[in-house]
This record gives sequence, C-alpha cells and structure tokens, in this order.
Amino acid sequence: MRRAIRLRSAAYPVVGLLLTLSLALTLWSQRAASVYAIKNAKIYTLAGPAIEKGVVVIRDGKIAAVGAGVTIPEEAQVIDGTGLEVYPGMFDPITQIGLNEVGAVGATVDTSELGDFNPELIAATAVNPASAHLPVTRASGITEVISAPGIGGFDSQSTGIIAGQASAFHLAGWTMEEMQINRSVAMVLNWPSIQTSSFDFSTFSVKEKPYADAKKEYDKSVNQLADWLTRARHYSQAKEKGSPDLFVRDLKLESLVPVVEGKLPVLVVADEARDIRNAIDFCTKQNLKMILASGAESWKVKDLLKEKKIPVILGPTERLPEQEDTAYDQPMTQPSELNAAGIPFAFSSFGTSFSRRLPQYAGTAVGYGLSHEEALKAVMLNAAQIFGLADQLGTIEPGKLANLMVTTGDPLEIQTEVRYLFIKGRLTSTDNRHRDLYEQYRKRPAPAR
Amino acid sequence: MKLRLLLAAITFVTLAPLGARAQSSNAPSNNAVYVQNATILTITHGNIEHGSILIRDGKIAAVGTDLKAPEGAMVIDANGQYVMPGIVDCHSHIAVDGSVNEGSVAVSSMANIADVLNPDDISIYYDLSGGVTSANILHGSANPIGGQTVVIKLRWGKKPSELPFQGALPGIKFALGENPKHSNFQVPPGVEPRYPATRMGVEETIREAFREAREYKKQWDDYNRRKASGEQALIPPRKDEKLEPLVEVLEGKRYVHAHCYRADEILMLIRVANEFGFKIRTFQHVLEGYKIADEIAASGAGGSTFSDWWAYKMEAFDAIPYNAALMTERGVVVSVNSDDAEEARHLNQEAAKSMKYGGLSANDALKLVTLNPAIQLGIDNRVGSIEVGKDADLAIFNRDPLSVYAVVQKTLIDGQVYFDRQKDIAARPALEKEKQDLLAKEKKASEEKKASDKPEAKPEKKPDQKKKHPQYSDDRAAGVAGDSR
Repeated sequence: MRRAIRLRSAAYPVVGLLLTLSLALTLWSQRAASVYAIKNAKIYTLAGPAIEKGVVVIRDGKIAAVGAGVTIPEEAQVIDGTGLEVYPGMFDPITQIGLNEVGAVGATVDTSELGDFNPELIAATAVNPASAHLPVTRASGITEVISAPGIGGFDSQSTGIIAGQASAFHLAGWTMEEMQINRSVAMVLNWPSIQTSSFDFSTFSVKEKPYADAKKEYDKSVNQLADWLTRARHYSQAKEKGSPDLFVRDLKLESLVPVVEGKLPVLVVADEARDIRNAIDFCTKQNLKMILASGAESWKVKDLLKEKKIPVILGPTERLPEQEDTAYDQPMTQPSELNAAGIPFAFSSFGTSFSRRLPQYAGTAVGYGLSHEEALKAVMLNAAQIFGLADQLGTIEPGKLANLMVTTGDPLEIQTEVRYLFIKGRLTSTDNRHRDLYEQYRKRPAPAR
Repeated sequence: MKLRLLLAAITFVTLAPLGARAQSSNAPSNNAVYVQNATILTITHGNIEHGSILIRDGKIAAVGTDLKAPEGAMVIDANGQYVMPGIVDCHSHIAVDGSVNEGSVAVSSMANIADVLNPDDISIYYDLSGGVTSANILHGSANPIGGQTVVIKLRWGKKPSELPFQGALPGIKFALGENPKHSNFQVPPGVEPRYPATRMGVEETIREAFREAREYKKQWDDYNRRKASGEQALIPPRKDEKLEPLVEVLEGKRYVHAHCYRADEILMLIRVANEFGFKIRTFQHVLEGYKIADEIAASGAGGSTFSDWWAYKMEAFDAIPYNAALMTERGVVVSVNSDDAEEARHLNQEAAKSMKYGGLSANDALKLVTLNPAIQLGIDNRVGSIEVGKDADLAIFNRDPLSVYAVVQKTLIDGQVYFDRQKDIAARPALEKEKQDLLAKEKKASEEKKASDKPEAKPEKKPDQKKKHPQYSDDRAAGVAGDSR
C-alpha cells in the first residue's frame, strides 16, 4: 500500500515538524529497505537541467529513478514536494567535525597530534558519531563531510607537517563504520611556510625573526619532508623486492606508500602565492597528486594551477584579504576567477561549528560574480569529484547514494529551510541541539516577580 | 619591513582619499546630495518603492516619492537598488592601535580605547565595504571591569579626533565568565596567575570596585558640598583615574557594556547593578540570554549577540542561532554584532539568519543591525533609521540586503560617500601600476646599494609582506588559545 506523507504548508512548521520527527524516529530504526518517492518537486539533479514537477524514487539507500514521468512504486512512502525543491546534499570537504566538540576544551578536541610527521593517523578513528555538531550541521543540508587532522580553521590551529589522513563520512549513523564513505581520501600536508613574523599566544605579541632564519627552518622542513617520501619509496621497494625475512614493517612509511605511488592525493594547505608555487614545484618533482587547500592567493597562481591540473578546496569566502593592498573583495571574487580560468574548486568551511555556513560562503561568491549553477556544484558536486567520490555522490542520478535535501527554495539563500533530508536513502531527522534548546526555553513561563 | 611600511603607505595614500576625492570631484555647490529611484528601507516608516532621499549638510532633509533633485545637488542614481540605514555594529575592535586588552589588572577602568584610535586601520575601509557606518569600539574582555570604550563613525582617512561619534555617551567594558577568569589562557612559566579565577571572584571584583567607587564618590560629594557652603582651606580628595569612570557609571553618565555568556552570570550582574544602583546598558554576546530573556528585559538592558557562533568554548556550548529572535520575542532590545573586522562586512547576512531561526520579520531582522544597536548606544536620535533630521548615514545595496547575494555599492556617512564600489574597482589598475613602479624603484635602489656596498656587507633583509590581520576576534581567539579580548 502506498502511504502518503502529505504536509499542508499552512500547518507547517508545527505539524510538519512533528510528522518529520516521528517519521524520522520510526524510520531510522528500520532497515534500509525502505522505498521513498518525492513528487511534484522541482528537482535540481546537477546532471542536467532542472526538472519541474519531477519525481525522485529512493530504494535501498540509493537513487532508483529520477524524472518527470517516473512511476511511483506501490510500496513507496510518498513525500509531496509541491512548492519545494530537491537538491543533492551539500558536501563540506575540510572540517574538524567529530574531532572537535568544544574548541577551547582540550579534552573534547582530537584534531592535533604531537609531532610533525604522522602519516599513519586517520581522522575516522577519532570521529565521535554522537557529537552535537553532526545533527546541527546536517540540519542546514550538509549531508557529508571530510574531517581532516591538523588543519586549522575557525576554532583550531594548524599543527604538524604531515598531519595524517582525512576521512569522508556521512553526517548520520550509529557508528563510524556505518557513516564512513572512505576512511582515507587524502594525506594532509601543512606546507611549511616561510614566516618571518608569527603570533605568540603565550606572550600575546607578534614575534619577528630574520628572513635567513625563517628560510633555514623552511628548508629544513622541506628536506625532512622529501626524506620521508624517499624512505617511503625505499620501503615500498624493500617490501616488493627484498627478502621477507629481513623486512620490518613500519606503519608510518606504509601509510606513505600510496602517497608516493600517486594513488592517495596530498591535501596541501597553503595560502600565500610563494608557498603555493613552492608546494606545486615540490609535488611535481615528487610525482604527488596534489589538491590545494585554503589557497587564499590562488588567484595569483592561476596559470600554474591550470597547467598542473590542481584543484582547490577554497577556505571561506568570508575572510579578509591576505594583504592590505589586495582588493577588498578578492576573497569573494576569487571563486569566479578560478572558475573562469577552468580550475576545479569546491567551497569549504575549514571549521566545525561554522560548517553550516557553507551555503553562505557559496552565496557570497555568487554576489561577486560566480554563476549560481557553478556555486551549487561547488558545494554539492565538485568536492566529490576532486576526492574521487563522484561515482557515489554529488548529483541526483540513478545508482548514486541518496544523499539529498528537500528545501523551501534556493539552498544558498540564508532564509531557506531544509524540510526533508535523506542520508544514504534514509529520511533523517533535522532535529538538533539548537532547536531542542529553543523549544525548551521558548516554553519557559514568565518568572514570578 | 621597509617595503611593508611603504606598501601600507601606498594603501593609505591612494585608497584613503578615495571617498574624499569622490567628494571633492562631485562636490555639490549647495551641500545637497540626492539619492534617487531606490527602494528605501526606512526601518521606522516601512519601505518606499522608487523613493528618493534629499540630504542637506549631512542630514536627511526629505524622504519620499515626489521629491525633485535641487539645482546643483550631487545625484546618486540608485535605480533598482536598496537603501538602508548605515549599519551600526555594537561590538567592534577595529581602528585600535595595538592590543585591545590591558590584562595586567582585574580592574582596568583607567585604560581608554579612545586614546588609541587609529584612523588608518584598513579594517575601517573593509567594514565600510559592508555598509557599516558606526561602531562601538570596545576594550577587551580580560578583566571583570575593563577599559573605557568609544562609539565611532567610520570616517576613513580622517583625523583620529574626527572618528568619535559626537554626543554619544562613553562606555566601559565589563566581562564575566571564562575570559576574565582566564580559563582558556595559559599563564607563561614564572608568571603569577591573576585573580580572579572563578565566577565567584569575578562578582567579588566588581562589587569591591563599586564599594570603592561609592566611598570615593562620597568623599567628593562631601568635599563639593562643604566647598559650596563656603568652607575655606579644604583639601580635595585625591583624583583616582580607576574610580572616576565607575563614578560616572553610578551617575548614569557612562554606559556599561558587559561581555557575558551564561545565564547565571548575567543574573549575577543584574543583582550587583541593583545593589549598587547602576544600570547595565548592554549585555554583549549574551549567548544564553534566551534562557533568561524576561529577566534581561525587566532590567532594561539590551542584548547584543552573535548570529550563529557556538561551541568555540564551554560557555558557548548552549549558544543557539535562535537567541536574537527569542530575546526579541520576550521584549529585549536586541542587536547582532560582529566582534570581528571580517564578520562586520556581512552583518546584513547575519541579521537575515534571525528570520530563519525564530521567524523575525524582515524589518525586525534589519533592526538588529540598525535601529536596535543605535538604541543600545543611545544614538537612535541620530542614526539607525532613514528619517528626516537624522544623520545621512546610508548603505546602498544592489539588491535586498537580507539576501546572501546583496553587495554594497556605496556607503555614506554624514552625506559623504566613504565607500564606492565602482570607484574602488576603477582605481585598481592605477594602484597596481603605482605598486609595481614602487617595487621596481625599491629593487633598483637595493641593487645599486648592493653594487656600491663592500662585498662583505650584510645581504639586504628580505621584505616581509605578510600582514596578519586580526582575523580572530576576542572570542574566537579565546577558543583557540586563550585570547581574552
């Protein structure tokens, strides 16, 4: 029997919310065999033109069919999407979600290990599936993220040179085993920048040092880095060709083998043009597959990025220019400049609590020249392509995982709400800590005087 | 270093007078500016389609649909654009030379932010590009009672003395919770930790300071009374720079802007204020304000909060993006602030979040960054809405400012254009050329110097072009590594 889930828009949000919640609660526990159909919605598949009054059928966690004339299966639970829009879920490709609960409370933070070279560390190991950040973030339509060790952001500092492996996962699930998409999507490499001034938090002042000293430190770091890669190559050869009796396993070098083989990309964090150039030069010589992260001055290095086919995971558009004599709006216009130059890029929050600002960062770039269509791709599809996950994610096409959202309108607009959220084909609650606290304190009676 | 200074100088010399240049080149003969064909978001009198604003001598002289540009007026055609009141940022640390924290003592009321205003801070220009025209420049939050604060207008390129908002009452920063008790701050080895280290100690510090302030005030009141009654040979009490501002607080001549997070500490400060007979003007951040909105409303204090920051420290873990809307619903005058030079560039976007989280109307959302912060700072008779007689502080957007796609085109203060997007863009090639010329000159000079120098001379120190902007605000940084602005 076809069960209809119909929500009259006037009755929303109260009835709608309750229905959504009860549905989510009921359905969450069921096996993924559930079949859903969203009908009468405008569907932005990102694989072709938008479909007016279309149907999406979801079966066994995946998208089974999408189109205007698709037949709704008998057993489907139906969501009437009249007046609503359907999009692929958003993908935030550099976060610390699950690794960082309360930034200032060290006991709740697992982003930064001691030591400069830790290729064996894997973010997924320390992601807390019960983190309050997961439901808060997904309520804004973000369905999957990558958490990366050692990358600084809004509420953490960059640490280490090879900081470990970044993991991609869905923002819903009981365990990491259920949530993970790929435990190792990239090796984080914080490019050792030549910094003559740095902020010293212990004395709360800017410390200056001579260029020669900074350059010396930089050269030492890069040499160490090169040395690690050389050893990984030797290790690989020894494993392949050496005597098994003499072979001693090394977990760090073992983790670097896919990197030197060019199979696992390096996620190189660099902002200044000089650092980006140096990093590209290094990765080219070392035959590494490079993805640039943050890239504040990518606009200065467009030709090289284009020539070497290096994609960019951009830090928030809402940041200040790197230098005072840079145009005031450079961080906002950069996405459209990269797009015009044919350089693939994706937006990212680089944060935990700010992951939900992802659509805002993309929307801001549209205000400064990026096309709306490209902006949607840059929060939904591009990251999946850059990290080799586009066979599973990023568009609404049959066979892909059903990570999608049903919204009240343009998902980049601040006021737009996510009405329904599907993660791995499951109708997933958008309830979260913030809404709970709101509902709880809204009910507080006026205090007695 | 030299180059960096040079570059900073270029920025100043060429960018700073942009607004001024725009003024002089288009200087109206009769001091009249006329903004026409705009959608005008007045805040207090609804929205006007195809409306015009006449500005005379920096004040709004007329607003309506049936106006005509006076002869000789500078005309700004805002066809298809939106004009809103200039944004008022109730919590900012821009335009400050050096650190905003005098953190060595628990009561630093003798320190005054107004003494260290820097009109060349590029952040002023950045924030103008986001439509901000006035800002409450606060001391940091390292102390239960911090330094004195000042309201400024973002008159980029003018003298330091021209920044302060004339007529605005001065303020003082208080701070409660983790920052003043140094929870997230690692004291360097060998340094004695500073009292207080608990919320109990924070309360005690404030109470003790006001006990002293009352004694001090009594001494002066006695002295003045005796002097007035004709007593001779009186010795006046010794002037105390720490207590003077607190006496002004007791006399209602100085506003208290209190940094706070948790509901309990907010109630604590309301109790202390009642005990000593003063008022809290605004609770800043006030992230748990939604839990005790009725009590805040009853105290008469305003609430100035973030749109959606949370979880960067323990006391921000119960922060919710519904805070502004819920406090508004319960009768608190609420503003949304930046606390950060970057965040201030999109306060219009941050205000829009209260429509999604808590269902504020569009006009009430805009009030969060215009009229309400103006009320909180006691300058609503001058700014915060588009009304005849008010200062002509305006932000002109290319579309509805509550849209994420809206971009500021012009920002006016006192009827003068301080930011003009098209002029900024047009000036870039010349700026770039000037920079390259200067770099070439510097390079040539350094090569010539090298050639003439003895071979064993030290190599020229490479320039450090990196300018670290204060990206992290006090509270962000507090989450990172114990800043306590």
